[in-house]
Order: sequence, then C-alpha cells, then structure tokens
Amino acid sequence: MTKYIIKRILIAIPVLIGITIIDYAIMCMAGSPLEMLQGPRVSEAAVEAKKIALGLDKPFYIQYFVWLGQLFHGNLGYSIKSYQPVSEMIKSHLGPTLLLMGASLIVSLLIAVPAGIYSAIHQYEKGDYAVVTFSFLGSSIPGFFLSLLLIYIFTVQLGWLPSSGMTTLGTQGGFLDVLRHMIMPVIVLAASMAGSNIRYIRSAMLEILQQDYLRTARAKGIGRFKVINKHALRNALVPIVTVIGMEIPVLFGGAVIIEQVFSWPGLGLMTMSAITSRDYPVIMGVCLLSAVVVLIANLVTDILYALVDPTIQLD
Amino acid sequence: MEKFKMKKKFNRKKAYAVHDSTDHENRDIVSESYLETIFRRFRRHHLAVISLVVLVVLGGAALLAPVLAPYKPDDIVGTFSGAPCKEFWLGTDQIGRDVFSRLLYAMRISLLVGIMATLISTVVGVVLGLIAGYFGGVPDMLIMRFTDMVMSFPYILLVLVAAAIFKPGLWNIILILGFVDWPGIARLVRGNVLNLRETNFIKGNIVAGMPLSHILFSEILPNTVAPILVYATSVLAISMLDEAALSFLGLGVQPPAASLGNMLNGAQSLTVLTRQPWLWIPAGILIVVLVMAINFIGDALRDALDPNSGR
Repeated sequence: MTKYIIKRILIAIPVLIGITIIDYAIMCMAGSPLEMLQGPRVSEAAVEAKKIALGLDKPFYIQYFVWLGQLFHGNLGYSIKSYQPVSEMIKSHLGPTLLLMGASLIVSLLIAVPAGIYSAIHQYEKGDYAVVTFSFLGSSIPGFFLSLLLIYIFTVQLGWLPSSGMTTLGTQGGFLDVLRHMIMPVIVLAASMAGSNIRYIRSAMLEILQQDYLRTARAKGIGRFKVINKHALRNALVPIVTVIGMEIPVLFGGAVIIEQVFSWPGLGLMTMSAITSRDYPVIMGVCLLSAVVVLIANLVTDILYALVDPTIQLD
Repeated sequence: MEKFKMKKKFNRKKAYAVHDSTDHENRDIVSESYLETIFRRFRRHHLAVISLVVLVVLGGAALLAPVLAPYKPDDIVGTFSGAPCKEFWLGTDQIGRDVFSRLLYAMRISLLVGIMATLISTVVGVVLGLIAGYFGGVPDMLIMRFTDMVMSFPYILLVLVAAAIFKPGLWNIILILGFVDWPGIARLVRGNVLNLRETNFIKGNIVAGMPLSHILFSEILPNTVAPILVYATSVLAISMLDEAALSFLGLGVQPPAASLGNMLNGAQSLTVLTRQPWLWIPAGILIVVLVMAINFIGDALRDALDPNSGR
C-alpha cells in the first residue's frame, strides 16, 4: 500500500513539472510585457534596458527557471492592469469561490446519491425513466441559459431572489443575505454536476446490486431497507469518492461562467475580467493554481480509492 | 409484506432473464447481421429514436437554411426588437433582423462547430491512443503523461485562455475546441489497444509478419470503433455546449454571424432579458434540445454497441 502511494506521488511529480512548463510557455506565447511599453515616446534603448532588467534577453529555459524559483517563494508575478501581486489577488478572491464550489458539491451529492440509488433499485420502472431523463436534462442545459431562466423567473417575475453579487449593496450582508445570493448560482452548478453524477451512481449501484454478497444479505431475510442502506450503500461509497474527484475540474470551469453571470465576486469573475483585458499573469496564475488543485485532487482520489476498495489491483 | 414484495420482484427479474435468453437464442438461429442487431437494440430506446428524428429534422432545417429562411440572416427587414407576429414568427432583434431566419443559420454554425471540433479531437485522440497503446514503453509514457497534464487544466479555462490568445472567430473556435478535448478519447483508445494486443488474432498477425499499418488500421482500429463512436457523441454534446458558452461570453463566433450562443449574448442586457424573451429563449431551448438529443442517442448507442449487453 505504501509502495503504491509513493509510486502515485512519483508519477505526479513529472506531471506537475510539465504543468508549470505548459503554463509558462502559454504565458510567453501570449505576449511579452515589453509590448505594454512600446509607444512613440519610448525609445529603443529604454525598451532594451527594460528587457535586460526583466531578464528577457536570456534564453527561454533560464527565464523559466527564474520564474519557477519565484514560484516556490509564492510569487506569481504582478497583474499588468492593477500592478497588484497575483498571489494576493487570488487569495482575496478565493473565499467566495470555495464557498460556492463547496455548497454546489454538497447539494449535487444530496440530489445525486438518493436519486441514483432510487433509480438503480427501480431499474426500468417509470421512476427510473423520470430520473434518468432529468439527469440528461441537467447535463444538457448550458449553465448560462439555466442562470438566465432562473433570473428571469425568480428575480424579474417573482422578485424573490437577488440576481447579482454576494451581499446586498450598502449593507453588511450577514449569513442570511449571503445565503439568498447563493441559492441561484448553487442550483445552476449543482444541476449540471448532478446530471452526470446520477447516471454514474446509478450504474455503479446496479453493478453492486448484482453481487453475491447482496444476494446473501437478502437471503438472510433482514429486509429490503437494511439490505439497501447498510450493505449496498456502504459499497456505493467507493464510486462516490471517484465522483467527487471527477467534479473538481468541472467545478473550476463552471465557476468561471456562473460567477460571470451572477457577478459573484470570486476567482471566476476575476479570471473573466483578466481574460477580457488580456492580463496574462493573472490568467496563468489562476490556471496554474487550478491545475495543481486538480492534480492533487486526482492523486487523493486514487489513493482513497485504493484505501476504500481492498480488491483493487495495485500494480 | 416487505419480504413478500421483494420475493415478487425477484421472481419477475428471473422471468425477464429466462425470456431474454430464449429470445437471444432464437435470434442466433436466424443469424442476424451485426448491423441488424445494433438497429434492433437501438430501437428499444424510444427516447433515442425520438431524438434521432428530432436531430434529423433540425439538422435538415439547418442544412436547408438558405431555402427555408424567410429572410436573409443579416438583412434588416423589420422594426427594432419587434415582438413575434405573422410576418416575423419569432420577432426581430435589436437592429431589426428576423430572429427565425437567424436561428436557422445559427443552428448551422453551431452544428458545424460541434461536428468539426469532434472530428479533430477524435482523430488526434485516436492517433495518440493507438501509438501509446501499441508501442508502449517510452512513447506510451510520454503521451500519457502529456495527457495527464492537459487533463489537469480545467477544460473551460484552457479554452477561454486559448480564445483570448488567438483571435476569436469560427475556425479558431473549431481548432481550439478540437485540440483541447482529445485526452478522453486518447485514454479510451489506449486502454482498448492494450486489451486487443493481448488477443490471439493480433498476436497471430504479428507472427504472420503483417505490416504495421495493416495491424493498426485494419485489425485494431475496427475493433475499437464502437466505444470511440459512443465517446464521440458525448464530445459532440460537450463541444456544442462549449461553443455556446464561449459565444455567449463574446469569445466565440463573432457577430454578424449568428450562433446559438451569441444569440443569447443579448440577454445579458436587462431590457432584453425582461421585456424581449423572444430574443433569447428560442435559441436557448434549441441548444438544450440539440444537446439532449445527442446525449440520448449516445446513451442508446452505448447499449446497442455493447457486445456484452446480451439482450
């Protein structure tokens, strides 16, 4: 077991290095900071001096190592627009995004786990068809369209929920206010995730229901409720661990668009405004951060999977 | 009562099983062709059959857009933001273009982006997967680690960054979506090739000294087409959703060309959202219907093409 964990971590290291190389290469391809300087009033010599000062005259791989060294000190560079350190900007926007992502993940699991299990137990019955059809609807509806529909219904027509921001302007906010602002973005993010999760959990559960140990449990006559909730559900936890791991990159991506629509003051909104103003250090900082998080999430999922499922082959 | 219910259920399942197996054997006697089997299995999924009809009708409408559209998509023919009426079935947009005609052309663009992006990512994924799976060793390691790296970046973020670097436009969107969405297919193909390589008929081919291109493209590839096809349908659905999202954010297909996503772009303004629903709801519904139809077909294909489904 320890051998397997060490091996997984050793495989992850070159991937991590590769991610930093890709990230840096994209940033260089996107344009050099010198372009911002160019203009009629800036002389060639000044640009040249700045080039040397920034270390841009050195070969690509040296620049990369300098950048990597800075990275280890927690320095992701500076925003072209606001001149703030990128790491500070990320830190200040991380909270709202984590809140949104965490809430959506929990809500989607609260929908998907019972629905997937219900659907598997009632396979090929009306309830099953209804759940599967809804799950397809969930994964087929674009997040932004669902957001617009919700805003149209709950904000414009009914006036129940606020459509933008995290707190009401001019107030301190408070728990209930934030909660009211969260409802719609969380529904949208959770709906798209629940769609694919329901089908995943359903098929995993179907497989479990056919296992011999469940037949034994049924044969003991302990009742349907106990069979499903004690014997089957515990084994269904294995695929649920995988589902959570798979959802992390989806959450990061989905948050960018949803935060934009609802003006949620998180990482996604910051990234989107950086993209429109071509603020590459900020964009690539966020990309790097999310790639590393995804990599770690995958690593943890694999290790947890091996811990939870003793039958998995560790070769 | 509880136990009794369960008993009944078990009996019913068993009855199904018996019925299925005899059914299956009977079919074997008449020896239907592979395609007939697939068709028979596919037909059992009613939603998928309906989806196929819907997709053919909508695809046909998109193809025939120049004939069907009552107006030219970029011509200003009516009042600004006119409500739906007899003359303009779905109203007119902010600068007086016919929404229905634009919708037909938008569907054309969105389907084109989806299909082309899927083709590109499938070809890239299949080639890399074949190389990695068949040759193993160093090429396998390099390709799979690269796949891991690309997969670590959140998909939408990568597409957005690429769209920001390259100028947004129809062909750039197709290329970006195509070159970002191949890792899934590469992994799938690699796994299948690894399994196939251990089978006797491939080993026989190698012993017989068949040329490499023959083994790869005439022996291995046809045996892994079914899962690729199923996966490609989900890629098609995802590409269409992503095109819509990108165009909605203004980074995708650029106006005046209409795509389903950029027709929704107008809904970011409050007047359009609240007072002119005909400008954004039809385009949104069309995306949902198209993507859902593709997903249903993919799901039915998965079942129909599965050699172990046994039904």
